[in-house]
Amino acid sequence: MRANALLALADDELILGWRDSEWTGIAPTLEEDVAFSSIAQNEIGHARALYELAAAELGTDADALAFDRQPDEYCCAPLVELHLMDWAHTIARRYLYEEADRVRLDALKASDDAELAGLAAKIDREETYHRLHAEMWAGRLRGEPRYLEALEELWPYALGVLEPEQRPELARRTGLRVESTQIVPRGHHTAELTELWNEMTEVRRSDPGATW
Amino acid sequence: MIFEVFRQEKKGQPFAHAGSVEAPDAAFADAWAREQYGRRGESEALWLVPRESIHAVTEWADEFDLKYRRVDGYSIKERLRIARERAASAR
Amino acid sequence: MDARTEEFIAYVQDGGQVEATDWLPDDYRQKLIKFIEMHANSELMGVLPEREWILKAPTLQRKLALTAKVQDEVGHAQLIYRVAEDLGKPRDEMFADLISGKAKFHNVFHYPTSTWGDVGVIAWLVDAAAIISQKALLKCSYAPYARIMKKICWEESFHILHGRDVILAMVTGTPAQFELVQEALDRWWGPLMQFHGNPIPAEDDPMFQWRIKSQGNEEARQQFLDGYVPQIHELGLTVPDPNLRRGDDGVWTYSEPDWDELRSVVTGHGPRSQDRLAFRARYLEQEKWVRDTVLAA
Repeated sequence: MRANALLALADDELILGWRDSEWTGIAPTLEEDVAFSSIAQNEIGHARALYELAAAELGTDADALAFDRQPDEYCCAPLVELHLMDWAHTIARRYLYEEADRVRLDALKASDDAELAGLAAKIDREETYHRLHAEMWAGRLRGEPRYLEALEELWPYALGVLEPEQRPELARRTGLRVESTQIVPRGHHTAELTELWNEMTEVRRSDPGATW
Repeated sequence: MIFEVFRQEKKGQPFAHAGSVEAPDAAFADAWAREQYGRRGESEALWLVPRESIHAVTEWADEFDLKYRRVDGYSIKERLRIARERAASAR
Repeated sequence: MDARTEEFIAYVQDGGQVEATDWLPDDYRQKLIKFIEMHANSELMGVLPEREWILKAPTLQRKLALTAKVQDEVGHAQLIYRVAEDLGKPRDEMFADLISGKAKFHNVFHYPTSTWGDVGVIAWLVDAAAIISQKALLKCSYAPYARIMKKICWEESFHILHGRDVILAMVTGTPAQFELVQEALDRWWGPLMQFHGNPIPAEDDPMFQWRIKSQGNEEARQQFLDGYVPQIHELGLTVPDPNLRRGDDGVWTYSEPDWDELRSVVTGHGPRSQDRLAFRARYLEQEKWVRDTVLAA
């Protein structure tokens, strides 16, 4: 039960970190490129810490969890799987994910599970920069039609990151509405995840069991 | 806008010029400079200053003998030698 | 040559440095911008062969390390472009010249990367060749450039460690992994030997005369061979040049590098030159709206 919750969180961070790292070298400005890469690295780092907790329970290791499962065994939300190689969608996803993640982390920080609560608090502290970054960009893009369209498009996916009881809180924080939205929940994967997985595991699968 | 970046490596040390970033405002300059100059925890603090706020001073008049203001303008060895000799012979 | 320029040359050859606000001879300024621009372009284009392997990194640790390395390269590009911008050439113009082929980038970044073996060889040997040139630039007569080289060299030290670690994991791993390294080395040796350029004597190299470079091309190459051929051999790998040997006088001799290949590659005819430039152009164009509307101060 706890391992599944950990995996959902870890898979979200891994896949989103993988997506965010796709901007390496091609972000709108060089300065932004450097900053965005830090965010991607932080996400992979969070995934690693979460996998390590889950791995201890499941009797395996973080890399095996990250790479050696089949695509349909991952527990990530569809939001992070989407291939969004334009800046408006990328920032919209960053903003929405950070808001959803904050709702989720707030709940985890209050958990009875001391180890999980501790890790959630650590992740939360590092997310301060991500929120600063997302809010800064959201502010600049506030009047930009492409960004507003992207927000609308991704909102159903953002809601799907959270459990039903947490969604009203997300709506409250973003000012976007829940009621008439067709939510895209966790549990089904996109074709994009399989494509991502093929690329992500290509080297690893080429020599199974090898140490890299 | 160009923001000059001044970087303090350790507490107590001076801020030294480390480079510059191009950013539309201080918020972006902050978000960007902190990763460019601190992602490895290598900086204690940064000062970000719009280039236009920097007033550079690079020219001085150096017409008259200003040695009296500097350490190298004093030569005390000779007089000290005489003073010591006098003090020794007075004993 | 006028007296002021002669005085300038004497000053820099005596170890003197200049700032952005000092008087600079036109020829010095032009050569400087071109040199710095090529360096910046190289850091930027160097990202492309490596970024695809970030996505394929086989462990979380390698993914993090490689992302951090490539992030450093982007950071270096930023530092170096800024120096060129302060010499009077706008960033947009430099990107346009890069895309059009008017400005160049180093040969090694025009080649494909085919396997994880390339990832190791690039971080270990290509970066090593670059670091030798970069260390020499710490003494550049143009102070703003010399100053950023300090941060660049410091960050490159992490890259060497990462490169060594990736290679060592493979040469002590499976036979297939060892083969990946040897095969990559076989492909990269030619470009590596061409990297430091034609062995122009220092006295004939204007970059050295102006003390923009403080080291001749051949000196850099010899330093590379001195440092890295022993490392290659101690791992049981072979250098694909039967003529490579170190003389009793300490000087390395080797098969003549293919200078025609070098010339052809850096003028945009390398195996990946055009599609990498097209990739870069595509994203520059696509996100122009961000720079124009969102980031205008």
